[in-house]
Amino acid sequence: MRAAATNTPLLEVEDLQVHFYTRAGVVQGARGVSFQVGYGETLGIVGESGSGKSVSVQAVMGLIHTPGRIEGGDIRYKGRSLLDAAGRNYVRRVRGKEISMIFQDPMTSLNPVFTVGTQITEVLRHHLGMDRAAARRRAVELLDLVEINAPTKRLKQYPHELSGGMRQRVMIAIGLACEPELLIADEPTTALDVTIQAQILELLADLQRRLRLSVILITHDLGVVAELCHRVAVMYAGRIVEVGAADTLFADPIHPYTQGLLNATPRLDAVSERMVSIDGVPPDLIDPPRGCAFSPRCAHARKGCAQRQALTPLSDGRHVCCWCAVNDHITGATPQ
Amino acid sequence: MTQSIQLETALTDRRHEWLAKLRELGRELWRDKAGLIGVVLMTALVLMALVAPWIAPHDPAEQDLTARLRPPVWYEKGTWDHVFGTDHLGRDVLSRAIHGARVSLLVGLLVVVLAGGFGVVMGLMAGYLGGRMDAFVMRWIDTQVAFPGLLLALIILAVIGPSLTTVVVVLSLNGWMVYGRMTRGAVLAVRQTPYVEAAEIVGCRWPRIIFRHILPNLTSPLLTLAILEFARIVLAEAALSFLGLGIQPPATSWGLDVAVGKNYMFMAWWLVTIPGTAIAITVLAINLVASWMRLISDPQEREKQFARHMTRRLRSKVGQRRKLSAGQEAIK
Amino acid sequence: MTPTEPTPPLVQVEDLSVYFDAGRAGFWGQERLKVHAVEGVNLEIRAGETLGLVGESGSGKSTTGRAILRRVPVSSGRIWFRGKEITHAGREEIRGLSRHMQLVFQDPYASLNPRLKIIDIVAEPLIVHGLVKNLHEAAAPVARLLARVGLPADAGARYPHAFSGGQRQRIGIARALALKPEFIVADEPVSALDVSIRAQVVNLLQDLQAEYDLAYLFIAHDLAVVRHISHRIAIMYAGKIVEIAGRDQIYDAPVHPYTEALLSAVPVPDPPVQRARRRIAYSGEAPDPLHPPVGCRFQSRCPLVSQQCREKTPPLAERQSGQWAACWNR
Repeated sequence: MRAAATNTPLLEVEDLQVHFYTRAGVVQGARGVSFQVGYGETLGIVGESGSGKSVSVQAVMGLIHTPGRIEGGDIRYKGRSLLDAAGRNYVRRVRGKEISMIFQDPMTSLNPVFTVGTQITEVLRHHLGMDRAAARRRAVELLDLVEINAPTKRLKQYPHELSGGMRQRVMIAIGLACEPELLIADEPTTALDVTIQAQILELLADLQRRLRLSVILITHDLGVVAELCHRVAVMYAGRIVEVGAADTLFADPIHPYTQGLLNATPRLDAVSERMVSIDGVPPDLIDPPRGCAFSPRCAHARKGCAQRQALTPLSDGRHVCCWCAVNDHITGATPQ
Repeated sequence: MTQSIQLETALTDRRHEWLAKLRELGRELWRDKAGLIGVVLMTALVLMALVAPWIAPHDPAEQDLTARLRPPVWYEKGTWDHVFGTDHLGRDVLSRAIHGARVSLLVGLLVVVLAGGFGVVMGLMAGYLGGRMDAFVMRWIDTQVAFPGLLLALIILAVIGPSLTTVVVVLSLNGWMVYGRMTRGAVLAVRQTPYVEAAEIVGCRWPRIIFRHILPNLTSPLLTLAILEFARIVLAEAALSFLGLGIQPPATSWGLDVAVGKNYMFMAWWLVTIPGTAIAITVLAINLVASWMRLISDPQEREKQFARHMTRRLRSKVGQRRKLSAGQEAIK
Repeated sequence: MTPTEPTPPLVQVEDLSVYFDAGRAGFWGQERLKVHAVEGVNLEIRAGETLGLVGESGSGKSTTGRAILRRVPVSSGRIWFRGKEITHAGREEIRGLSRHMQLVFQDPYASLNPRLKIIDIVAEPLIVHGLVKNLHEAAAPVARLLARVGLPADAGARYPHAFSGGQRQRIGIARALALKPEFIVADEPVSALDVSIRAQVVNLLQDLQAEYDLAYLFIAHDLAVVRHISHRIAIMYAGKIVEIAGRDQIYDAPVHPYTEALLSAVPVPDPPVQRARRRIAYSGEAPDPLHPPVGCRFQSRCPLVSQQCREKTPPLAERQSGQWAACWNR
């Protein structure tokens, strides 16, 4: 991979802080989120609603609008900041072209009054300055790429004439129109049926390999991550609590929240009478706890958990944000 | 048992909540200057109408033929006795304007209540009961909307003869359709929501579902509509009175005064301008209030408004921002 | 499926079909369009039992649940509850049934009236059925219900927006329990919840079942969660039940190809295992509910499809004791 050659990752997010000003108080959507995405790498960001996973990538795409505001940190794409004053022009060139995004609900992101063809060629003509005929040829290629059969026929159809899975394929085609380096997929299969989800995940994995894309996959489903991602970041209450290579993170989760999440995910290959739950509810992000945000729900919480500990690096490129678990992991004890 | 006692104390504790909500509403109104102006003007107008007999310097119907067409006070011939001058019968223009507010606001209020009440009931029945009821009400509304309203009003007034009561009745008959249509649309939307289905499954009968689960959701859009309709009614009453089919002398009305004043427009401009301005100010104030109400009754819009205010404050107060980031450092 | 059991099942559905009117087509409107939502469904649920009903969007699983609750008109077929036929129950009779069967909703946000306090919401069934006279009398039973579903005692005084999704779902469950029903249709009660909260709600439903001998029709869109709560599972596809069997039979020895596809579609949160799994991602889409094909509904996506599947609808036939499937080629 190219990452080794340049040594700068494709995308770096550093200590990102996003606040939302609501009448109930200031909601801290992202509280110091840092992650990197390398060339040709798929990073999965897993978290529950309100964990800050979507907020983080929306900040990358410049989609934080009132009442939200980026209050701190930096986002660098190929080493250049997207947030400083000089970055504004750069951002306009990069977003939507080199970095593109697909959303959860393809019905709301497609315009119902235009045909699929119009919407794809629009992107091509706007960003790449193609003429009508060239854009049309490319649109057919793109639909072919996302494995839509009879692409020339589909170009004339309207979004409501397509099924949910087909619409998401069209969205992916639009996302790939400008040959981006980074594709951000925000819960791309959540609104779809399981058998259709399987098709779309297969397609995404295939495209990532063939086009050597970097992908950020946002999801709440650990199963989806296991399928697609090289590295995984687990978010909780506006922070990343654990990040590492997918295989090792799933085989040996260190943070108690990651462990809890894995246990709570129902598995078809294991039988148990009762589902394992994590007691309690996620904290209020208007007034988040000073220390570890998970400690009120954590079975292993100790006195020291009131003080926060930064993401601690471990040997295998893993970072964990829990001092108890890290200590136990280094000394070899399992946290029980 | 202790649980239920706890629940009951919690219920009583929460009764003061509406006070806090009112205070917050006041703060938000203070920030929205246009809304504030509207509310202040509206309150002033209503107060003026309520205490008209005590604050008006003259009886509005009192004629003084020796003091006809006196100009306002800032003219050489003007006197403080008649601040805005007098009309062709020597009646005080200011007093007539103050008393005119009574008629305008009264007609507006009565029509809004009558037309609104009837329209909402029809809309609720059409929307919730559906079927034939719906078809009947909607066709009725369509037919009435298709018929020119002013023409109908003129015919009725010409046949029955103009009076305050007829004006109110005629305008109500003409104005209920908007409420009916809007209510029906809103009912159809709210009916689909799971919590209405939940109420049905739990065994609620339809009156309870309409009044407890559906109607409360309609209050804010209906209120906004009613306020806008109020402005329209004030204008309609003025128009009818101007045409001589509304309020009859010796009663006063802004529209009537404009009608009378138009004959003297070139000699005594104030006769048209003062009541005309009163109408304009009233309609403006109502519209300002309505647009503010629309804003605060939309939770999303309200949040956005608040966030804009907060970010503006943050940007202007650099010191505070430093303090904020210093606080975050301390947390780390 | 055999009505000659010694004790009648709590709920029995025989050959249930539900068609929705979808307007007319053709230039003169000569063709009446019908959405074939549910067609020829047979099932029974015993007291204290959970039947998992699994299907994807448009499979008719929700409509089946609502037909049993008599919320949608039945086009043909019969429904019995506690041995009594309720297929043609009138408005007041359905109202009376609400004391015995209730619904738990999918969306914990939209299913609670945002303008009512929790006590008003949970007390409503008691009040409309005349079990209590006023809110004051309802305070004690409501507090008991709220405590039973694991909510703090002062929850009743607050409004829905003060609660998280999981807590709201508990409120919805408390409302459904208020009338002490014997049967609850749970329409995807945890699909909208976060993973860590899901298990709390499923476990609560299980505990309540044991405590009150409740029967559930537990509707779900995949096979992941139903395994933990169901005794038997029915799989629906395009308005028809394609397989119905005991829980372990479904997971260990599925018969219908669609059941297999559903099973393989749920990803396992373990990368090496997931990579090694054989994925059966059948291409193709569900049939148009306005014009379902002749024969088996799964024919457009089925790898085993044969001529027979395109001509005749496969009957739901017993394969092993208690395992029924509708497929010609298995």
